[in-house]
Amino acid sequence: MSTTLPPASGGNDSASKDPALPDSGGTSLWKDAFYRLRRNPQAIAGAIIVVAFLLVAALAPVLAPYGGEDLPGRTHITPTHIPGPGEVPGFVLGLDRFGGDLLSKLIWGAQSSLLIGVVSTALGLAGGMLLGVLAGGFGGWVDNVIMRLVDILLSVPNLLLAVSIAAALGQGAYAIMIAIGVSQVPIFARLLRSSMISQRGADYILAAQTLGLSRGTITMSHLLPNSVGPVIVQATLTLATAVIDAAALSFLGLGGGRPQTAEWGRMLTYAQDELGIAPQLAFLPGLCIAITALGFTLLGESLREALDPKSRQK
Amino acid sequence: MLRVIGKRLALLVPTLLGLSILLFLWVRSLPGGPATALLGDRATPEAVERINELYGFNRPLIEQYFIYMGKLLQGDFGTSLLTGRPVLEEFATRFPATLELTIVALIFAIGIGIPLGYLAAKHYGRWPDHGSVVLSLIGITIPVFFLAFILKWLFAIKIPIFPTDGRQNARINATHVTDFYVLDGLLTREWDASWDAFMHLILPGIALGTIPLAIIVRITRASVLEVQNADYVRTAKAKGLLERTIRNRFILRNAMLPVTTTIGLQLGLLISGAVLTETVFAFSGIGRFLRDAIFNLDYPVLQGFIIFIAILYSLINLIVDISYSIIDPRVRVQ
Repeated sequence: MSTTLPPASGGNDSASKDPALPDSGGTSLWKDAFYRLRRNPQAIAGAIIVVAFLLVAALAPVLAPYGGEDLPGRTHITPTHIPGPGEVPGFVLGLDRFGGDLLSKLIWGAQSSLLIGVVSTALGLAGGMLLGVLAGGFGGWVDNVIMRLVDILLSVPNLLLAVSIAAALGQGAYAIMIAIGVSQVPIFARLLRSSMISQRGADYILAAQTLGLSRGTITMSHLLPNSVGPVIVQATLTLATAVIDAAALSFLGLGGGRPQTAEWGRMLTYAQDELGIAPQLAFLPGLCIAITALGFTLLGESLREALDPKSRQK
Repeated sequence: MLRVIGKRLALLVPTLLGLSILLFLWVRSLPGGPATALLGDRATPEAVERINELYGFNRPLIEQYFIYMGKLLQGDFGTSLLTGRPVLEEFATRFPATLELTIVALIFAIGIGIPLGYLAAKHYGRWPDHGSVVLSLIGITIPVFFLAFILKWLFAIKIPIFPTDGRQNARINATHVTDFYVLDGLLTREWDASWDAFMHLILPGIALGTIPLAIIVRITRASVLEVQNADYVRTAKAKGLLERTIRNRFILRNAMLPVTTTIGLQLGLLISGAVLTETVFAFSGIGRFLRDAIFNLDYPVLQGFIIFIAILYSLINLIVDISYSIIDPRVRVQ
């Protein structure tokens, strides 16, 4: 991401590189945004949740007492009783219906959510930015064709689109990643295109054209870096939706693999029948999904606020 | 106005055409091709060939597409692989259930969302504002199916006020005239049947309506914040008009435009939400049928439903645009 960060908005990029010249006072948009993010409690709360989630996901092999598909407590399960938190020593949050350790499965579930969320959003971002740059950079019939395609895809509800793609790809984690990624493409494409079009008439574009730069250079190194802000905000917010959608798809049974695979959505599927005797089996994974989504949403919304030129002047 | 509507409907044609091509290609890309999807993985090569011959899957793609398109135009959406009945018929029997559910969800979302958003804006920066902002944040981030679980556990299992699942208690032997169960009870004067069907709608309705509710609160709040400091509102206050008049005729009416658009755009969310909510509450509407279709790769159903939704979506957008000029006479449909 760091390569696409836009240059200083005040045009003092070269000035700041030259130590002889004093800083003219204009701070870069992103530096300024970061400064304001640090003072926003909402952003800090979001960041804490996201960092905690990342840590748990990354350190799952160290943190989890058991493997994601292990069934260490099989002998403690009876058809009418599933031990809850603290009932059986060694299993802090109790067991699930297969005999898996609930705590371990929640931790491994974080890893799987992170993987699906990040990979699918990266896919959606890459595809959407490619289409957006083509549409916004070329205009004309290219723009027309791409935007019609985007319109068509947007006329199908997101989850249904993802489900159809996943169905065509067969079940499994990869199918879910690609399905969610592709279903995000239209939003990113449209966002980047409109952002690029709004920048097209800007003075710095005119200046670049006057300098005789090629269209490709102007698009890639002037237009794109200055239009990418809203897309980055959207990507942060989309991570939240991706985590929820991934859970929804595996809740609906598109995850593939073995039933005891540690995925938050799938854990909810199997908790359905046990809601009366072991509600924690539904509540804890559900809470994990909700808190993770909350973290990305808080972060994304504070980022949007921080990058908003209207709130910048303060 | 009529010409505008005609033009908008004409614009729908290329979108639907493109969608039909995509859907056609989608079916061809299903693992093992459509014949395997029909017969299952263990089909013999001979059987696959017979099906290919029967349905014309071995003809050139272009020809197949035109056959498919011709059938679509005649209203033939194919036959469900699961039930063996025409797709449209299946939708028709299940649509009333989902419509009932959606109406309850929207009444919940709009009925609470608009007043809450208005209160938040009116008390900007104070606790009603913070409260509604936090509530809408939770509403947006909580997964629909998780919320459905919480509601079901709390209000149907722990404190059994509402039924846990289904559309109506099987012990009530209700007569069904329209398949809208609540309406049926009213028509046939079976009050308890109507009441029972209504009670079955409450929990799924709340689960389904929560995301739209959260979005409506936000949009109403933002929109009222913008309007309430407008010159005409200040003038109205200076004239000493009643608070109620200012609120209803000046603030809310002007703030409603973006809210209307937002409500119109909730359809996609409602459909996705219905699939999940109906699954949790074993509510036999379109959503649960789609869930089964997804699970069994019943592609004619998915195909037909996506086209149906795309048409519905465009029509709703058109209605929203037209309703602008009713809410705000300054806006003319263009």
